[in-house]
Amino acid sequence: MIKTDVVIVGAGPTGLFCAHQLGIIGLKCEIVDNLDKIGGQCIELYPDKPIYDIPAVPECTGEELTNNLIEQIKPFKFNFHLNDRVQELTNENDNWVVKTTNGKEFHTPNVVIAGGVGSFEPRKFPTKSAEKFDGTSVLYSIKDKTIFKDKSVAIFGGGDSALDWAIELSNTSKVSLIHRREEFRGAPSSVQKIKELSEKNIINLFTKYSIKDVKGNGSLEEVEIKSEEGESKILKADYVLGFFGLIMQLGPIAEWGLNLDKKAIPVNTENFETNKKGIFAIGDICTYPGKLKLILSGFHEGALAARGCFKYARPNEKYRFEFTTASNTIKDRLGVK
Amino acid sequence: MAKIKYIEYNGKEHVVEVQNGLTVMEGAVQNDIPGIDADCGGGMSCATCHVYVKEDWYDKLPKKDMGEDDMLDQAYEPKAKSRLSCQIMVSDDLDGLTVHMPEKQV
Repeated sequence: MIKTDVVIVGAGPTGLFCAHQLGIIGLKCEIVDNLDKIGGQCIELYPDKPIYDIPAVPECTGEELTNNLIEQIKPFKFNFHLNDRVQELTNENDNWVVKTTNGKEFHTPNVVIAGGVGSFEPRKFPTKSAEKFDGTSVLYSIKDKTIFKDKSVAIFGGGDSALDWAIELSNTSKVSLIHRREEFRGAPSSVQKIKELSEKNIINLFTKYSIKDVKGNGSLEEVEIKSEEGESKILKADYVLGFFGLIMQLGPIAEWGLNLDKKAIPVNTENFETNKKGIFAIGDICTYPGKLKLILSGFHEGALAARGCFKYARPNEKYRFEFTTASNTIKDRLGVK
Repeated sequence: MAKIKYIEYNGKEHVVEVQNGLTVMEGAVQNDIPGIDADCGGGMSCATCHVYVKEDWYDKLPKKDMGEDDMLDQAYEPKAKSRLSCQIMVSDDLDGLTVHMPEKQV
């Protein structure tokens, strides 16, 4: 069990800057994110895309923004709990007990939800029959590539993950690559390589096809694919892999008894607290009149939520406003002279 | 102003007048029409405002921008006549447009 002042759910830019503000005012926090890396949508959706509306930063990529935010909170040495997801929130004597999927438990007076539009999960096949094989022979990520050796593998998708794995696995497996249109969105060099492998009959390439059904008695045996015109083909397959990108699901957040407005959490604009005492929501996941889904709005929301957390974390102290330029206490916390 | 018909997957129809300059997605969201989520708010970065457009109308719509098809790859059950409704700008020319919603968005 870990005791802390604040648990932040979500390690995107909003969560990271809120952590900075907590550090500045002398509070401790623990940050949980279900991705395997820090940065949220900035890293998962657009690491290379330039952002033009961060104040005083004319242009930076999602990755640069994330790296700078990480650098900015380094002095506070906060813990990150990646690849983990907050599952359960319960209230015990005015404290929140926060439990994660990996079995971690935090006790804290404050939880800041900075969860974007929820957690990222792979988009799965729409085919009902695929569920039966989910996790065994129908997979959406690869942990151990040796299981595919000498097997027939049908890969669906047109992005880098699909192309890279098709190329890689074609060395030791019989690979079919299936995509819904002629164009691929992966790197041009990978697309070129796929075309070469297809011409040499090393990869079976099917464009303008999508999945129709998976079949097998006990274990997976074949996959049926269909064209837009309704023509179908049957391919032998020991494994079916789907790489359709990630979708955002609100997930367990919906179960915590918070007011919800569509997929967003209503908050007050004084400190971004929700209808539950000590639970705050900031960034894309919160809503209030005039809400803008901008990173800069998330920064502002995080700064005010941090002050809201102070009240519950230090009930016997009065929060005193200070500037980083002038305060020796803050300079100590930052480790600068 | 254009009259737009939104047809849910279960067949339920909604006809609303949408102002020029709004998107087909906004027309649905502002009128509380179910079936279009628009998680990212119209930024072409989520594929949860996916709709199907019938052949005749599909060809009349302004062409897709770069990137829309890439996003559609990640939609639920995309087809040849799929569009992201946040990328269809409403104008008088769209009067009578019908869009069909997929079974689900995520």
